[in-house]
Amino acid sequence: MSSFRLSTGGRIDRANPLDFTFDGKPMQGFAGDTLASALLANGRQLVGRSFKYHRPRGILTAGAAEPNALVTVGEGGRTEANTRATLVELYSGLTAKSQNRWPSVDFDLGAVNSLLSPFLGAGFYYKTFMWPAAFWEKVYEPIIRKAAGLGRATYEPDPDSYEKCWAHCDLLVIGSGPAGLAAALTAGRAGARIILADEGFEPGGSLLSETAPIGEQSAADLLTQTLAELTSLPNVRIFSRTTVFGWYDGNIFGAVESVQKNTATVDPNRPIERIWRIAAKHAILASGAEERPLVFGGNDIPGVMMAGAMRSYLNRQAIAPGKNTVIFANDASGYATAADLEAAGLDVTAIIDSRPDASRLWSGKARVLANSVVLDANGGKNVKGVTVLNNGRPETIAADALAMSGGWSPIIHLACHRGAKPVWSDAKAAFLAPETQEGLTIAGSAAGLGGLEACLADGAGKALSVLRALGFSNTSAAFAPAADKTIVSRPLWRVRGSKGKAFVDYQNDVHLKDLGLAVSEGYGHVELAKRYTTNGMATDQGKLSNINAIGILAEARKVSPADVGTTTFRPFYTPLSFGALTGASKGKHFQPVRKSPLHDWAKKHGAVFVETGLWYRSSWFPQAGETSWRESVDREVLNVRKNAGICDVSTLGKIEIYGKDAAEFLNRIYCNAFLKLPVGKARYGLMLREDGMVYDDGTTSRLSENHFFMTTTTAYAAGVMNHLEFCAQALWPDLDVQFASSTDQWAQIAVAGPKSRDILQTMVDEDISDAAFPFLGAKEVSLCGGKLTGRLFRISFSGELAYELAVPAGYGEAVADAIMEAGKPHGICPYGVEALGVMRIEKGHVTHSEINGTVIPSDLGFAKMVSTAKPDFIGKAMLSREGLTADDRLSLVGVKPLDPATTFKTGSHILAEGAVPSLDNDQGYVSSSCYSPNVGSTIGLALVKRGPKRHGEHVTVWNDLKNEYTRAVLCSPVFFDPENEKLHG
Amino acid sequence: MASLIACPHCGPRPKEEFTIRGDAGITRPTPDAGEDAWYAYVYLRDNPRGRHKEHWHHTSGCRRWLVVERDTMTHAIYAVSDASAPGETA
Repeated sequence: MSSFRLSTGGRIDRANPLDFTFDGKPMQGFAGDTLASALLANGRQLVGRSFKYHRPRGILTAGAAEPNALVTVGEGGRTEANTRATLVELYSGLTAKSQNRWPSVDFDLGAVNSLLSPFLGAGFYYKTFMWPAAFWEKVYEPIIRKAAGLGRATYEPDPDSYEKCWAHCDLLVIGSGPAGLAAALTAGRAGARIILADEGFEPGGSLLSETAPIGEQSAADLLTQTLAELTSLPNVRIFSRTTVFGWYDGNIFGAVESVQKNTATVDPNRPIERIWRIAAKHAILASGAEERPLVFGGNDIPGVMMAGAMRSYLNRQAIAPGKNTVIFANDASGYATAADLEAAGLDVTAIIDSRPDASRLWSGKARVLANSVVLDANGGKNVKGVTVLNNGRPETIAADALAMSGGWSPIIHLACHRGAKPVWSDAKAAFLAPETQEGLTIAGSAAGLGGLEACLADGAGKALSVLRALGFSNTSAAFAPAADKTIVSRPLWRVRGSKGKAFVDYQNDVHLKDLGLAVSEGYGHVELAKRYTTNGMATDQGKLSNINAIGILAEARKVSPADVGTTTFRPFYTPLSFGALTGASKGKHFQPVRKSPLHDWAKKHGAVFVETGLWYRSSWFPQAGETSWRESVDREVLNVRKNAGICDVSTLGKIEIYGKDAAEFLNRIYCNAFLKLPVGKARYGLMLREDGMVYDDGTTSRLSENHFFMTTTTAYAAGVMNHLEFCAQALWPDLDVQFASSTDQWAQIAVAGPKSRDILQTMVDEDISDAAFPFLGAKEVSLCGGKLTGRLFRISFSGELAYELAVPAGYGEAVADAIMEAGKPHGICPYGVEALGVMRIEKGHVTHSEINGTVIPSDLGFAKMVSTAKPDFIGKAMLSREGLTADDRLSLVGVKPLDPATTFKTGSHILAEGAVPSLDNDQGYVSSSCYSPNVGSTIGLALVKRGPKRHGEHVTVWNDLKNEYTRAVLCSPVFFDPENEKLHG
Repeated sequence: MASLIACPHCGPRPKEEFTIRGDAGITRPTPDAGEDAWYAYVYLRDNPRGRHKEHWHHTSGCRRWLVVERDTMTHAIYAVSDASAPGETA
């Protein structure tokens, strides 16, 4: 016989039937069912196969600790593997599949592993898959990988959305059982801002399945009344379906709320799950206690269930576990289950209790076998009976269901997330966490208490103390004090003399003998035993098994559980979906997109964009008939050098610097002199790190006595700003200097080429002739007859006569259009960063390809720029270090192939001609390269040992990745217009 | 996960708004302080257990550099002051 639904009773809504499927088979449950209870109602007890031995497994618990009933829920992109059926709220259209079985859960070929079990004990991986070493990658690993894991993740994208939010409260109450409710009610009445979070879809915790009265009132009525009052209080928020999974710094709690996991028709405008970061002044942990399984043979056969879970299914969802139930307990919980079963008209065949004085607890019909244990549960895919050792005499009892209770362990995970260690209490026979820590108090059975009245009283009392500490003085406890009346029994860690496998960790198939083996082989330390046996690993992290394993290790080592200790509790309490952790940060929301104010202008001219960091930069502008990017780039380069070109350089970092000490400040920031930079002039500046290496470069202009305008490279804009702020605020707070980033405020346009002056003069109202506005001029200008004010700089990255014009961002596109219009008769063309790159390599100008964190100014040919007169600047002291003054440093040099028809790639290494290719013979590397239409071949910049002294030397460019060798010659890094005639034109 | 840092200018703000730089207990040597002093300043860092003063930048806030005194073990924050006036809390 299997489990079935009783015709009356429970908190289910029988008027609201829900259709679902399990392994393709249509089934029906009711609103108020979990997937687990609905499966039990349909007589489905075998729901999965175990990890290692592929043993048939059923539903063991009714909560978060479930190790067996892991199923795959949903289809397509919504497929979710290893979902605990005990926590899935049933909904219409739910599809669930069993896992780790082939071809079916009822007939699974993997079960052959059970026959191999003598070879699959603890540590078998380490022992079996040792030799030969060559087998690891090709044979062992593929086999292990194929066998490993339970459910399979989907490769399809997740169609749902997730979000993250903050919540703030005076008191966070975790768990809505008796202690949590009492705490919330006490604090709610006091007017404190409360968040009450519970993982279940209905608040109430154990009250939802409690039949014992509280005073004059039934548990159900107390729950209804309390929830009604809490709901009516505007200062109380109740978060159902919300698991608090971690306790973090600053008393922040992480919680995940299941928003739409309970429906097949997901609203795309709402998230499926939501991560809450709850900032709580204080929290009360009322997470309850976990019932411990008993360790005897066959304790994993479907039909064996935790006594508390059986009682919960019976009272909440009207599930009968079978026709004849046997209870095996050394705890009062077994008797409560037996009493409720009998009250529901179900037969309890026997209560087997390991304690000698057990029968005095019982006034029901079932016979009580004191001083007795279950040696073995018998059966295959379901329980058929039990073999009992009744006061030393073996006896077989027929049964189709078996409840077990080995006592209760407080759920203290969250209380230990910030380093507190659980302490073993002999009096409570349990590991307890410190009852009060800063920001967190434990209440109810999580603090080791037993009994409803005691938990209600404890929750109320603890809340009262917390409230007083928070300054809520005018308040009283919602429930009267009550003593803890629980009788704590000596734990029964294991049964001796079982024939079958006695499982400790169900999810990892760790049985009693594995732990014994770990101790006898020297892995008895709790952390070692965990790794050696895998006890306490995987999705349940040993919620059900850890305490038993500690007890068993303690017995085997002949010490107290206190001496064994626990493994470390870490977030998350329960598994979290990657989707929830990712939140909204996916797809186009993964990172922000930065678009230049000239983005649309570039787009309209057909730009191909390239992502550089967050920016989209125009890369080149293909014209009709051009078939390759090179064709476009070559044309752009030649046209700029012959006529003119316009390029968007708005992405460069721009920083406005003000203050009467601004010049002094810049003088300390740059390695070259800035103190006497005249107003109206720009200067190329080189910024070092404190270790002497070049950090960034750019031009800085003096627009007035106390106002400078700095440009940085695109990549280091934010870093330079932080650096300036650090220097000004932390190093030299006495200097009067202030900064404002204006990168986004200016559209900056480079106009380069021999015709650039003619073009710009049509728009700039002031005279910009070479005499009036020579190279490195920088000033505010009036544009288009006074319509607009901009900033004009005569600076050049291309080596041509060139200007950069900055205008307020909103005018960028109009000004670029006007330049294009004015430039039409002069043959102007837009050019992108590729052409820009070609021209700067032709001129030997460096970028971060060369400024790569390993170079000092002299490596780049900037030795003369470094001021010797300045008393101090960032990087000065370290520049004189031995290694930085060595004469064989890698230094900037040009390189080009001897045969122009041959080429080489950036990143290739330089070998002396004829040298054997090896790292020992490595002379340096190519840092930048391109095809130069002006030179007519590939050209490169390289950092080579003593490079500047080796112009004219033949070398080999070596690309070991492609096994390519190119004969080349080292040369000046300036390939074009070495006298800078065009620049000054 | 987050903790709150009490910026002396902005009040308690989530730590995601801040960027950590490192030890605030070191002082930039004078230019002529010698090789050893500079070597220590640029490269040598203690990794203390317990109280530690660090430079944090309120990058996504007021953009001030702060000295945050915190416990490297418990992450408790004891004091926050502006780097230009260390020790003066708002």
